[in-house]
Amino acid sequence: MQQSNAYIITFSIILTVVLGLLLSGTSQVLGPLQKKAEELDTKKQILGAVLEPEKLSAMNPEEVLSFYENRIASKVVNIEGLEVENDADGNPIVAEKVNVAKNYKMAPENRLFPIFMYHADGNPEDVESYVFPVYGSGLWDEIWGYLALQTDLNTIEGVTFSHKGETPGLGARITNQGIQQRYQGKEIFDESGELQSVYMQKGEGRDYSSDKHKVDGLSGATITANGVNDMLKNYLNYYIAYMEKQKSAKTEIAALN
Amino acid sequence: MSTETAQVAEVKKPEEALLSKRRKKLVTDPLIDDNPITIQVLGICSALAVTTQLQPTLVMAISVIFVIVMANLTISLLRNTIPTRVRIIVQLAVVATLVTLVNEFLKAFAFDMYKELSVFVGLIITNCIVMGRLEAFALGNKPYDSILDGFGSALGYAWIILAVAFFRELLGSGSLFGVPIYDAISGLFGEDFNLATNGLMVSPVGAFIILGLIIWVQRTKTGYVEH
Repeated sequence: MQQSNAYIITFSIILTVVLGLLLSGTSQVLGPLQKKAEELDTKKQILGAVLEPEKLSAMNPEEVLSFYENRIASKVVNIEGLEVENDADGNPIVAEKVNVAKNYKMAPENRLFPIFMYHADGNPEDVESYVFPVYGSGLWDEIWGYLALQTDLNTIEGVTFSHKGETPGLGARITNQGIQQRYQGKEIFDESGELQSVYMQKGEGRDYSSDKHKVDGLSGATITANGVNDMLKNYLNYYIAYMEKQKSAKTEIAALN
Repeated sequence: MSTETAQVAEVKKPEEALLSKRRKKLVTDPLIDDNPITIQVLGICSALAVTTQLQPTLVMAISVIFVIVMANLTISLLRNTIPTRVRIIVQLAVVATLVTLVNEFLKAFAFDMYKELSVFVGLIITNCIVMGRLEAFALGNKPYDSILDGFGSALGYAWIILAVAFFRELLGSGSLFGVPIYDAISGLFGEDFNLATNGLMVSPVGAFIILGLIIWVQRTKTGYVEH
């Protein structure tokens, strides 16, 4: 059966409109739910840097949100470590809404750096650890994560890493709890106060427990490991000004007491 | 002209039972004898990519079942109105819409799965099984038959990827649906006993090997030979 051109064009137009309406309708209806799911995911990742994985996975979504509400305070700083409260238009900036990936495309001087503080229940002043978002590139695509430092702003409390497209079984292992636990207790500054960061080594299966700045590597995923190393070093560098300020403020308080 | 003959003339038949022998065959044939993966060797790409663990594989299988059944139904309903010259594009548009819907729903209700499956849900669009069934069956058959046919093919795909995922997760990660099986077994034999997982199974190569073994076993049993 041969149809006329007019029929084909009409059919295509109707089909396009119907399918288009269906899709845009769905995304309108599901949009808010998707936003919530994304937000929950971000908060889970932030909490993942300071909480035991078992404890976090045992919580249901409402518990995660209320726990986050009670225990995490946040702020946004710039490269000089100064707090930024409003954007260029005078609107307040919320740390959770700052898109680290988008900021990554800007020059470091213009970026916004969110900081999350894990504090005692109900008392934002009593900080237990600082959580810094980090972002970089792995072998295939972007990688990101959260690094939690203890109050000395030197010892690593915990890390979480995520990735978009690293090789399953090789680079994708950075999301593995066992691998993330290797970072616990490592230190980012050396004795003289220079930033050393923590480096994942090439090869796997060696013991680096005596070295404060090295962790065991990922066999078969050296490029991803290098990406993680660069990501940590870069972002810790950006946060240094803030850390210095925080440390000197603390010594001042100690001096006053 | 061969491109204009996609519409097969329908023969008027007496009322058929809801699950007659012919209709049962539509569902059961693709499970073993005409399996889309092991016999037709279609849809291999996603069979390799998503089968490292059972849980995402199950989600993938359900998504594919939904997409194939719904696409078959839609195309079958429209089969007399679709202009033959643009039918491939119409099929693609329908399939792409369905896949996007699945993706949106996963993102809203199962965000972890959405992250894990990432691009592979989108790649259902290019899964040859879907287009294959639309071209070969839905364009020339009634809606109910098309649903059965789509369901059968999708099940044939689903059980193979689930079987592959079963072996890959068990041998590669030592667990099933995230439940550590190897640890439990090792525990039975005392502390020094440790079952080692096979890293090869986690990489796509492992899927090739498992899939090859399944095809081998199946063809030995059914005596199927390629012509």
